[in-house]
Amino acid sequence: MSANSSLRNRFERGLSAPICLTWELTYACNLACTHCLSSSGRRDPRELSTSEAKALVDEIAAMQIFYINIGGGEPMIRSDFFELIEHAVSRHVGVKFSTNGTRIDAVAARRLSSMDYLDIQISIDGADAATSDKIRGVGSYASARRAMDHLRDANFGQFKISVVMTRESIEQLDEFEALATSYGAELRLMRLRPSGRGVDVWDELHPTQQQNRDLYHWLLERPNVLTGDSFFHLSALGAPLEGLNLCGAGRVVCLIDPVGDVYACPFVIHDEFLAGNVRDAGFQNVWSNSSLFKSLREPGSPGACVSCGSYDACRGGCMAAKFFTGLSLDDPDPECVFGHGEEALATKRLQIIPKPSPDHSRRTSVSIGAR
Amino acid sequence: MIDASQCAFDAREPWHLSPLVSLRDEEFGAMAYHHGNRRLVFLKSRKLVDVVRELHEHESADAAIDALVGDDDHAQYIAALASLAKSEVLCVG
Repeated sequence: MSANSSLRNRFERGLSAPICLTWELTYACNLACTHCLSSSGRRDPRELSTSEAKALVDEIAAMQIFYINIGGGEPMIRSDFFELIEHAVSRHVGVKFSTNGTRIDAVAARRLSSMDYLDIQISIDGADAATSDKIRGVGSYASARRAMDHLRDANFGQFKISVVMTRESIEQLDEFEALATSYGAELRLMRLRPSGRGVDVWDELHPTQQQNRDLYHWLLERPNVLTGDSFFHLSALGAPLEGLNLCGAGRVVCLIDPVGDVYACPFVIHDEFLAGNVRDAGFQNVWSNSSLFKSLREPGSPGACVSCGSYDACRGGCMAAKFFTGLSLDDPDPECVFGHGEEALATKRLQIIPKPSPDHSRRTSVSIGAR
Repeated sequence: MIDASQCAFDAREPWHLSPLVSLRDEEFGAMAYHHGNRRLVFLKSRKLVDVVRELHEHESADAAIDALVGDDDHAQYIAALASLAKSEVLCVG
């Protein structure tokens, strides 16, 4: 996937429908990853019902959205999970879903293997249990590996291993590559955002400048490693990385959350980026008419980046990374490769940092007599 | 792996849009998504989209271009179709 600059300008003004639509099926999760970008844990009682979810799939098909990225929470926790993804595939809407793998046993693996138009991303956050479990919880790495074994044994074909790049995991790139190769899997690397519970760990876990530079060169040599356009802020270092290299929020990307709220992107679950709800007037109406999305499709201002010669390469970076570190949207990305973001953080970070609006984290303490 | 010789685009052959590809019209042209190889490809003009949609009605890619596009742009459209064939958006036969 590549786009020349005139096409990129066109994308920044928005499209008839998203290229990349993420749909978090549930806030319920059996893990409690420290960096969870949707602050998941507890199911929200207002979650879309099976019939509402199927109607949404039908609307997505009518909008000719080619595929949906399904996540959560842990999407496989929904008892209608298979019903919903089979409905999507029957409507020729491809499904890519992210899972922690705990619900993929031999039976589930065979069922998944029998479906077309289906991609599976299994998340780990280290190439060994010690590194990964620190983020995702004790036993989670072993569960993920068992799921990979089941998919391999069921001849699923090429699944994806998805890793968020933290200060620790980024030191294991070659090990992740070897692990993916051993399963015949694809490797997918994602940027750590200070979104959801990630806001609490971003300071200590986001990669250093040098690590980001090393990652950029590693990725340039491996165009087959998937990134979901995650690292476009690093394209300021030279040749562009694979992808559209732009912030797609509300332009070519958006998020539908478990209760039908539509946000500008998966990394900005916050009232300020809430465009509407699919229950009110349907998803097409939110996508086409939301005043938030219309404003995001206006020509952007380079703001503080105006004098930087690389603005055209990185477009000022990630909106979510700025917002949840307390920067303005026209400030440099907090991980700007030239260090401008760190300067901005040093001078501005005394302000109150926005907290994610809906928080479905499990409560760690239950008052006596509450159950 | 796809053999390079199979990718060579022969405009004298009949071509058509792959049944695995969905096309979505956009102001700039269209987006094509291949459900098999999962690749997204951009068709950067409305005219190119018309040619792709009508390819199957002509006995060759050359004939389709002759019918829908002026002579001056023939080579440019051959190049665009060759690129789409390489991405498996188009099938021969």
